[in-house]
Amino acid sequence: MSTAIEIRSAVKRYGTTTALHAVSLEIADNAFFTLLGPSGCGKTTLLRCIAGFEDLNEGEIRLFGQDIARLDPNHRPVNTVFQHYALFPHMTVLENVAFGLKMIGVSLDDRRARAGRMLEMVHLSAFADRMPTQLSGGQQQRVALARALAPEPKVLLLDEPLSALDLKLRQAMRVELKTLQEETGITFVFVTHDQEEALTMSDRIAVMSQGRVQQVGSAREIYEAPVNRFVADFIGETNLIEVTVERIEGDWARVILPGGHVIRCAAAGTSPGKHHLSIRPERLSLAKTGELVATIERVVYLGTDLQLLTRLTSGEAIQVRLQNSARTEVPAPGTQVALHLEEGAARLLAD
Amino acid sequence: MKGVRHYPGFLTMAVACLVILYAPLIVVTVYSFNASTSITTWGGFSWRWYGDVFTGPEAPRFKAAAWNSITIAVLAASAATTIAVAASLAMIRGGRFRGKSATFALINLPLMVPEIVTAVATLIFFSAIGLVTGYMTILIAHIVFCIPFAYLPITARLQGIEDSYEQAARDLYATQWQAFRLVLLPLMLPGVISGFLLAFIISLDDFIITNFVKGAGMETLPTAIFGSVKQGIKPNIMAISTMMLAVSVLFVTLSYLVNRIGQRTRS
Ligand SMILES: Nc1ncnc2c1ncn2[C@@H]1O[C@H](COP(=O)(O)OP(=O)(O)OP(=O)(O)O)[C@@H](O)[C@H]1O
Ligand SMILES: [Mg+2]
Repeated sequence: MSTAIEIRSAVKRYGTTTALHAVSLEIADNAFFTLLGPSGCGKTTLLRCIAGFEDLNEGEIRLFGQDIARLDPNHRPVNTVFQHYALFPHMTVLENVAFGLKMIGVSLDDRRARAGRMLEMVHLSAFADRMPTQLSGGQQQRVALARALAPEPKVLLLDEPLSALDLKLRQAMRVELKTLQEETGITFVFVTHDQEEALTMSDRIAVMSQGRVQQVGSAREIYEAPVNRFVADFIGETNLIEVTVERIEGDWARVILPGGHVIRCAAAGTSPGKHHLSIRPERLSLAKTGELVATIERVVYLGTDLQLLTRLTSGEAIQVRLQNSARTEVPAPGTQVALHLEEGAARLLAD
Repeated sequence: MKGVRHYPGFLTMAVACLVILYAPLIVVTVYSFNASTSITTWGGFSWRWYGDVFTGPEAPRFKAAAWNSITIAVLAASAATTIAVAASLAMIRGGRFRGKSATFALINLPLMVPEIVTAVATLIFFSAIGLVTGYMTILIAHIVFCIPFAYLPITARLQGIEDSYEQAARDLYATQWQAFRLVLLPLMLPGVISGFLLAFIISLDDFIITNFVKGAGMETLPTAIFGSVKQGIKPNIMAISTMMLAVSVLFVTLSYLVNRIGQRTRS
């Protein structure tokens, strides 16, 4: 598969603050690629650098092999869906969608036809002659999408396009966006701070924090094999426990849990010493007997799941998630239970 | 908190202010329709003095002055608005640059400097560089002092427009000029029109500076009126003043309405 975007050691500074610290990324053609991270981590900055609204201080951005880092936005074959849509308020919906085509010199008849087809694709043909202010938020969002897709860009950039919509609409739009990406074959670079959005839509995800890319991988890799504490903590819920790696045997590490219980898990490039262990709550279950003894402190009913807040005899708080079925026995707070770790449930983190 | 209306003396103060501000205007307006030649005794309603302005002995002087006033106002307001648009783009969209606050002060200085000082200084400047006073010197002086009046509403409008619209246009392959002409300018238009109308009325109305730089034999409406009044106040002056008042009120109202419509269409 060819590479759509290649970013090499991109650095962006605003005065004394550095928004991007030598970011390097490869985005495959035809992919739904997501930039995920907490507020202020530099997602928007990176997107704006790709679009050309900001200049990099260092580094390069290649689009299908061509260095575009110093081109003006109108010379970059990428289009953007803005967070607040930025539809031109003095133009009709159709004129908005046709704007990009007009700028690249498509004839009037042609661009009306193509803009019309784009509106059809986002189910808004009936609204062609309305002004943007006469549309609901969800409809405006689709117009913004149609407008950005109309000139058939090589890459579509989307900056939190769903954040202004309500939950139901957001969920429907996730599916629609994903379908649109697959149908058009255009590479989508999608920015969000919502991990659920990222996990459900993306082919690949780059997790960012403080201007750095922490990990790039599929939803599954990022969730199940986080490389560091930030990723483990940011994606989903997890139990982070401080442990001691006693020794490394090939690919495996002998790990001593607080309280002396010893387990074996993948070494993940660690060396003997203090490390953190990540255990997903749903990978833990209750057992009648075992060495890892905990006391139930609270039981939270979540509908599909039960969340148990427990505490090890050594003092660490551990969350357990059980599926709520008819057979689930709900232990009462105060009772002592043994926790059972599934094979491969615990992951050693490099930092 | 107590409303301002409950303070002792509020009503008296308010009435006094309104009377001082508007009584003279009302008197002039009413007496411009006076049939009598006296400016103080009412002799019944008549359009007589309005007719006198257009056909009476002073009519040619007033017509020439009105023509000068209006053409200067249109030209000065157009030039000042163009400069003000460029200035506000530089100030609001130009990012940070050295001397930005100083530039802001410079643009708005004409609002602060006593007009008489500007008038004297401008006259001295023109004679120093050897410019013969006349139509051109009035026009140049008017362009300069109209700039801040055009600048303020334009800047207020531009500040309220997010830069994502221009970015969206650039993103969709528009050049910088196309993004300005097709997207930013239409969005700024209410501010631009409002600024133009304000500059127009300020130019039309100016007396002090104009009087200094106009040169002999050149008149605008305000200086022509002043010249007539020096020979004694006749009712035709009230008629001409009432017409100017009507034009001013009309333009200020238009400027206000344009701004309000602009506010409503803003998404
Ligand atoms: N124009 C600017 N001037 C100065 N600093 C900026 C500017 N834009 C962004 N920053 C800083 O750069 C960092 C990254 O900002 P960015 O907008 O990329 O974050 P983000 O990941 O998009 O966050 P959010 O999820 O809140 O949108 C922040 O610390 C921010 O304060
Ligand atoms: Mg952002």
